[in-house]
Amino acid sequence: MKPFTYERPASPAEAAAAAARHPAAKFIAGGTNLLDLMKLQIEAPPHLIDVNGLGLDGIEPMAGGGLRIGALVRNTDLAADARVRRDYALLSRALLAGASGQLRNKATTAGNLLQRTRCPYFYDTNMACNKRQPGSGCAAIGGVSRQLAVIGHSEACIATNPSDMAVALRALDAAVETIAADGATRSIPMADFHRLPGDTPQRETALRPGELITAVTLPAPVGGRQIYRKVRDRASYAFALVSVAAIVQRDGSARVALGGVAPRPWRVEAAEPEVARGAGPAMRAILDGARPTHENAFKVTLAERTLGAVLAEARG
Amino acid sequence: MRTPDFAATRRDLVMGATLTTAAVATPRRPGARAAAADTPATGPGAPVMKIAFTVNGAARTLDVDTRTTLLDALREHLDLTGSKKGCDHGQCGACTVLVGGRRINACLTLAVMHQGDEITTVEGLGTPDRLHAMQAAFIKHDGYQCGYCTPGQICSSVAVLEEIRAGIPSHVSAELEARPQVTPAEIRERMSGNICRCGAYSNIVDAITEVAERPA
Repeated sequence: MKPFTYERPASPAEAAAAAARHPAAKFIAGGTNLLDLMKLQIEAPPHLIDVNGLGLDGIEPMAGGGLRIGALVRNTDLAADARVRRDYALLSRALLAGASGQLRNKATTAGNLLQRTRCPYFYDTNMACNKRQPGSGCAAIGGVSRQLAVIGHSEACIATNPSDMAVALRALDAAVETIAADGATRSIPMADFHRLPGDTPQRETALRPGELITAVTLPAPVGGRQIYRKVRDRASYAFALVSVAAIVQRDGSARVALGGVAPRPWRVEAAEPEVARGAGPAMRAILDGARPTHENAFKVTLAERTLGAVLAEARG
Repeated sequence: MRTPDFAATRRDLVMGATLTTAAVATPRRPGARAAAADTPATGPGAPVMKIAFTVNGAARTLDVDTRTTLLDALREHLDLTGSKKGCDHGQCGACTVLVGGRRINACLTLAVMHQGDEITTVEGLGTPDRLHAMQAAFIKHDGYQCGYCTPGQICSSVAVLEEIRAGIPSHVSAELEARPQVTPAEIRERMSGNICRCGAYSNIVDAITEVAERPA
C-alpha cells in the first residue's frame, strides 16, 4: 500500500468537511474491497476518512411503511433483520448469496453499492484498463471475457457490476440518500445510481466528489413472491455469472432485475409485461440489444433459463 | 516468545532478505523488530498512529504505520502467529479472527480501525493445556492435514455456531424466517469463506457438528 494519513470523524458533517479538505481522500467503512484494491495499488488514496463512527448503523421505519437502512449497516445484520426477512425477502436472499460470512460481517450497505468490478483486467495492473487508467484501452475486449458484460457495456469497457445486493435494491425501487461536502442532502433512485460506462468507465456512480452515502431507503413493502436466483461456478462464495431478482405477484405481474450481465443492475421496466408470456419473450425484451462476446454468449441463454426456473418456483 | 537475537530463524532470515534495501538506507540496530514484507518499515511519508485494543483479554497498545492490517499487527507486532496469512486478499479465510465476537478477515481491515475493540485469535480460544471444545473436536476428527488454514477454520467455526444460535439465516436456509438448524449443508455454506487446500472439509464438518450437538 502507498502511505496514507487517516482520520476518524464523529459525524456525517465532519466526514463531509474532511472530504472537502482532502479532495483525493477515500471514505472507508468495511474496507473489504478498498483495502484489497489498495494492496494492489489500484487505489492509492493519500488520506482515509473512517466513517465507522458516524452512527449510521440503524434500520428505522419510515412514514409510509418503508425502511431507512443506515449506510453502515453490515450486510449480515441487514440480511438478518426481522423486517427485511419478512417484507423484503429479496434483499435478504441477495445479501446471503454474496461473499462469505466473514466479509458480510464487515461489508456495509453503502460500501456494497460502491464496490468495484471484479473484471480480471481491472485487477491486473499490467493490462490496459480504461476504468483503472482512463485512456489506456480495454484488454478485456477480445480477451478472456466469459465473466463480463453482455449488455450496457461500451467500446471502452465491458466490466460488470459484481453486487448481488444492488440487484435486489433495483428491483425493490430503493433510493440512496447522500450528504455533500456543503451539507446538502439528496436522494438518488437506484435506477440512476450506477452509470453505464460510455467513454468514461472510471465514473461508476452518480455520486459527486466528496459526497457521502448516509442511507438506503426502501419503499413500503410490495409483497409477492420474492426470489433471488444466482448462478455461479461454485455453490458458494463466488460472483454471479447470471443472477435473477424477481418479485412475482398473484396476478402474474412481475419485476425482474439481472445481475452479472451488465455494468449495473439490469432492469428494463418496459419489458416486464412480457413476463406474462413466459421467460423466453421476457428475457428477449430485457436483453434486447445485447452484444455478448463469443465467450459469454451463454449468459443470454442462461439468463432466460434462470428466469424460467424462478417463474416456475414463484408459481409452484 | 521472541527468538533470541543469536538464533536467527528461517523466518527472520527470509524477512531480513526482503528488507535488504531498507536496511541499507536505514540501518537497523541488532534485534530490532523486523517489519513484514508488505508492511514497510516506517519512514518519511508513512504516518504512524497509536492504537489501543484488547487482544485475547489483555490490553495492548501499539504504534503502527497506518497501512498495518489487523493481521500484521497481530502477527508481526504482538507475535500472535496463530492467525495465518494465506492470500492476504480476503479469499481464503486463514486470517479469520473474532472482533467483538464476530468473525472477520483480519487481512482486510486496518489495525487503526480497531481502537477499543476486543479481538480474539485462536490463541485466545484455548491453549494446548486447555483446549476450546472446537480445537479438541478438530483434533479428534482430523479436521486438517497441513494445518495452515486450521486457526482460521476454528475461529470461523466457533462464530458459525454463534450465528446459527442467534438465528442468522444463510443462503441454504429453506425458510428465511425459521430458526436455522445445524445441518451439514448449513455448515458447508457458512464455512465457504474458509478454504482448505488439503481438502479436510468432511472432517471439519464432522468436528463442527459434534460441538454443535454437545449441550451448551
